[in-house]
Amino acid sequence: MKIVVCVKQVPDTAGGVKFNPDGTLDRGAMLTIMNPDDKAGLEAALRLKDQYDAEVTVVTMGLPKAEEVLREAMAMGADKGVLVTDRVLGGADTWATSTTLAGAIRNLEYDLIITGRQAIDGDTAQVGPQISEHLDIPVISYAQDIKIEGDSVVVERQYEDRYHVVKAKMPCLITALSELNEPRYMTPGGIFDAYKKEITVWGRADLKDVDDANLGLKGSPTKIAKASDKVRKGAGEKVSLDPDESVSYIVDKLKTKHVI
Amino acid sequence: MNLEEYKGVYVFAQQVDNEISSIAFELLGKAKDLAKDLNTDVTAVLIGSDVKGLADQLAEYGADKVIVVDDPELKDYRTEPYAHALASVINKYKPEIMLVGATAIGRDLGPRVSARVATGLTADCTVLEIGDFPLQAVPGQEQLHNQLLMTRPAFGGNTIATIACPYNRPQMATVRAGVMQKITPIKGAKANVEEFNPGFTPDNKYVEILDIVKSVAETVDIMDAKILVSGGRGVGSPENFKILEDLAEVLGGTVSCSRAVVDSGWKPKDLQVGQTGKTVRPNVYFAIGISGAIQHVAGMEESDIIVAINKDADAPIFDVADYGVVGDLNKIVPKLTEALKAEIAAAKA
Repeated sequence: MKIVVCVKQVPDTAGGVKFNPDGTLDRGAMLTIMNPDDKAGLEAALRLKDQYDAEVTVVTMGLPKAEEVLREAMAMGADKGVLVTDRVLGGADTWATSTTLAGAIRNLEYDLIITGRQAIDGDTAQVGPQISEHLDIPVISYAQDIKIEGDSVVVERQYEDRYHVVKAKMPCLITALSELNEPRYMTPGGIFDAYKKEITVWGRADLKDVDDANLGLKGSPTKIAKASDKVRKGAGEKVSLDPDESVSYIVDKLKTKHVI
Repeated sequence: MNLEEYKGVYVFAQQVDNEISSIAFELLGKAKDLAKDLNTDVTAVLIGSDVKGLADQLAEYGADKVIVVDDPELKDYRTEPYAHALASVINKYKPEIMLVGATAIGRDLGPRVSARVATGLTADCTVLEIGDFPLQAVPGQEQLHNQLLMTRPAFGGNTIATIACPYNRPQMATVRAGVMQKITPIKGAKANVEEFNPGFTPDNKYVEILDIVKSVAETVDIMDAKILVSGGRGVGSPENFKILEDLAEVLGGTVSCSRAVVDSGWKPKDLQVGQTGKTVRPNVYFAIGISGAIQHVAGMEESDIIVAINKDADAPIFDVADYGVVGDLNKIVPKLTEALKAEIAAAKA
């Protein structure tokens, strides 16, 4: 079995957020981590590797420095890494990103593609389902459990008030929730091996069956009109009183605001 | 693509178990505003099996027209037949704007459909308005009017972006639940119904639903709660959450918590507020023993009133609290519960 896992290097929001003059993110200026949902997707793939001897290929799209997340994934146990990087691919929205990743994945063999549900920077949850549409394969989003049954996957698909147990024939794309599992740590041996493995680097020319009109900032149907740091509402009152006075203070405020 | 051909504001009227989801009515309320600005009308797209009878409800909440796609293949939500239904409606009727709820269904259906009809999709919008793109005229670039401007938080609420989709149609957005206002229902309104069936031919993309497991616990979703009493590591132990539960009970509220509490195994993940948990905007949010890390604040700062109780006067939670009380939660919270109980009893008497 061959599994492709899409991972994204995302800014660690604890390190602050910076923008380019055109309103897109200045990713180069921020501290980064492997996106948490993607890491859960990788862990799910690695468990299938442990169980069925699957081959796991990790794909990422980003700046050259995104190689770091591929090394991390390989140190956790992934077999191969593909970095898709090219200036013409920058500034992509979810349509252009999914077009790019689909173009890269067309070069790979796969039974299963696993992506995270969403990335903590964009929070869109769109790229996984859009890749599946470009590749014309079924998608099961919001997976909280993944099992293999012969040539099919059986997945618990989460909704707000229920889950569906869904069966799909492979090839199929699954988007993983963080609660799917607890990702393993890198091992010292794994880190050592990860730096011995080759990473495949692909640019625009290596993407299969994609049109330039659908790539990068220019190929993105959505355009940023304005982006800014959120204006926080700021502090209100702060009091230091004894417990009884504190209680009166809160009760008084709730009364004024007609909560009680 | 001839953009001029695309007209009208369309709403995906989500139903589950043949009951229309609240988000559908919220979207209709917003669609009515947008349609007024564009001098056009509002169409609801109702997809399911045996759902035609629900159409009048959509009219009551503002739909001028209801397109019904009714087919046994559409009984329970599955990506492919629903995507086929909605994409076929878009291709046939050519809406200018297509709104979808940012629910567990909409956040799967929206991207699949947008990729199929080759347009942009903006996720989890909190503000939708009609305006110009670019916002200010730029020399050498045509300024387009009557564009859908879609505003959304990103980076777990750390940033806000306004997005347009100027050169593709429809302009598609998923919209966060609980943000847009429903209209007061027009009693007795009758829907102008149009039935449309694009034909459904199952293939490998039609996944099989083996089982549907509904949540048994009748717990309140913290995203729906009007009052949240939220606890952090400062509460000290899972047992000590009892004092928060007592406070919540008096106010008819619900208990939620910070990530530290979930990580410690004191409370389940579905009660977690914050960037990796849920985004909440109750009328009142009590932050009790919560330091207020940015990831937590991102999930609750839209609350109408924030009351913080923390023994550390420098805790960042006080930077967003309307009413901050520096003190020992173990002494204050039980007394507060008693005081509120007395107040409420007095008000009823």
